[in-house]
Amino acid sequence: MTATPSPDQDTVWVEHVDLIDRVPRWAAMLALAAIVIGIWDLATARTGWVSPIILPSPGETLDDLIFVGRNLLTGGYMLEALWTTTRTVFWAFVIAAAIGFSLGVLVGETRFGERAVMPYLVAIDTMPKVAFAPLFIAWLGFDIASKVALAAFIATFPIIVSTAAGLAAASENERLLFKSIGAGRWQTLVRLKLPTGLPYIFTGLKIAAVGVMAGAITGEFLGGGQGFGALIRESASMLDTPRVFSLILYLSLLGLGLFFLVAWAERRLVFWNRADRPGGVG
Amino acid sequence: MPMAEPRPLTVTPAAPQPAGAGRPVYEIARLSKTYARNRLTALADVNLTLHKGEFVAVLGASGCGKSTLLKIMAGLLPPTTGRVVLEGRAVTGPRADIGMMFQQATLLPWKTTLENIVLPVEIREGRAAARAAVPRALDLLKLVGLGDFAQVYPGELSGGMAQRASICRMLIANPAVLLLDEPFSALDELTRDFMNMELQRICAEQRSTAFLVTHSLGEAVILSDRVLVMKPRPGRIVEEIAIDLPRPRTLDMINTPRFGQIVGHIRNLLGKEAFQ
Repeated sequence: MTATPSPDQDTVWVEHVDLIDRVPRWAAMLALAAIVIGIWDLATARTGWVSPIILPSPGETLDDLIFVGRNLLTGGYMLEALWTTTRTVFWAFVIAAAIGFSLGVLVGETRFGERAVMPYLVAIDTMPKVAFAPLFIAWLGFDIASKVALAAFIATFPIIVSTAAGLAAASENERLLFKSIGAGRWQTLVRLKLPTGLPYIFTGLKIAAVGVMAGAITGEFLGGGQGFGALIRESASMLDTPRVFSLILYLSLLGLGLFFLVAWAERRLVFWNRADRPGGVG
Repeated sequence: MPMAEPRPLTVTPAAPQPAGAGRPVYEIARLSKTYARNRLTALADVNLTLHKGEFVAVLGASGCGKSTLLKIMAGLLPPTTGRVVLEGRAVTGPRADIGMMFQQATLLPWKTTLENIVLPVEIREGRAAARAAVPRALDLLKLVGLGDFAQVYPGELSGGMAQRASICRMLIANPAVLLLDEPFSALDELTRDFMNMELQRICAEQRSTAFLVTHSLGEAVILSDRVLVMKPRPGRIVEEIAIDLPRPRTLDMINTPRFGQIVGHIRNLLGKEAFQ
């Protein structure tokens, strides 16, 4: 080992790679989970710093997860509740997508929509939408319909905004091109603006997928019924914290499922957006 | 436009057309464009005739109205007064016999190169006509050297290749006139020189009548039979310079004294305006 390399010898540079870059992603994720669960275990089961009513130990939570999982798999009452919530979320998403897309096109494509409709939408969007829940219950009852309405109401706005933004995304050159090849308004909308806006619309749909979950559960908290939200509220009122935790975990699977469904549809439909695009396209 | 000293390079707009020019294809007379909103005169008394097989470029500082002129010629913008006639018919809107090319290739990323090229036919005449245009599109792709890229998506094309594809799209409907809006200005200089030579070859092979708007003096001179110089406020053609370099042009001509003389002359014209 010489401090100054000899001029006759080639210098060899060894590139230093940080530890985090050498470890595969799954290992890093697993390590973090282990650390968090370790601290959690330490604070609850090992030392008893935190009361089990506030935070159950990982062991208790796991036990309950297995219990709830069994109930779900054997078609118990929880499966029924999950099915209720799934239906709520599904219909709310479909309705939000339909209304959000239509209003988005109205706002993004027509001067009337932009000038007359958009200000009202912005005004409604700034309202705390959860506050409408009692109204929906009064109008639609304690059944699934009022929850669907609330969830759809919450999820519609991001789709409107993203659709309108997507329709505006086509470049000036692309619009000129379509004009110069004689495309009418409808052709320009369907053949240029909508495909160009598709990535934006999917971003809105993904936000809506999350919003629909929040809306459905809020609706079930406030309006009761048979869904998972009602189960969570019941368990919480009985101070059954492990049950609350495991119900939330299973509920998040539903949310993830919807999210990935949208993401999967996006990958299929917006196939051109994945490859990096060098010249020409922008 | 009366000038103090005689300009040996200049042909006044009123003079007879250069020898060897074909029949008139595009005729513009007494064209003016005034924007009602701010009462801005974008163009005043523009007279211009493009002949069959001719390549004409227009040069001018930003805001001299050359883009407005091109948009009027493309039927994208209505003129205020004047005659705008292509192949005997007044231009009142976009037409199939006008081919356009933009600064960006603007290929649709969700369509293959081939689908992009037949897009104008598809929009105007429907899918069946677009299918019928596929053999011609493939011929055009061979013409620009993209024969193997018909089924490739634009995301996989380089900038130069994408512009070649957009040349094909412009040519698919066999237009009577090509309107080129700074077509290669987004490309790097080497690619740009090469593409200009390709454009010359393609125009010669297709016997195209072309009108080019550009910022580049060299590009205008090396490609054109005539160069028009425009000045702003109001936008008008102040000089017309016949480029007498022999055809076919080569990049080596850029180093000839004649080329330098012509470019110098135009630069003087433009420079005076830019610093006034």
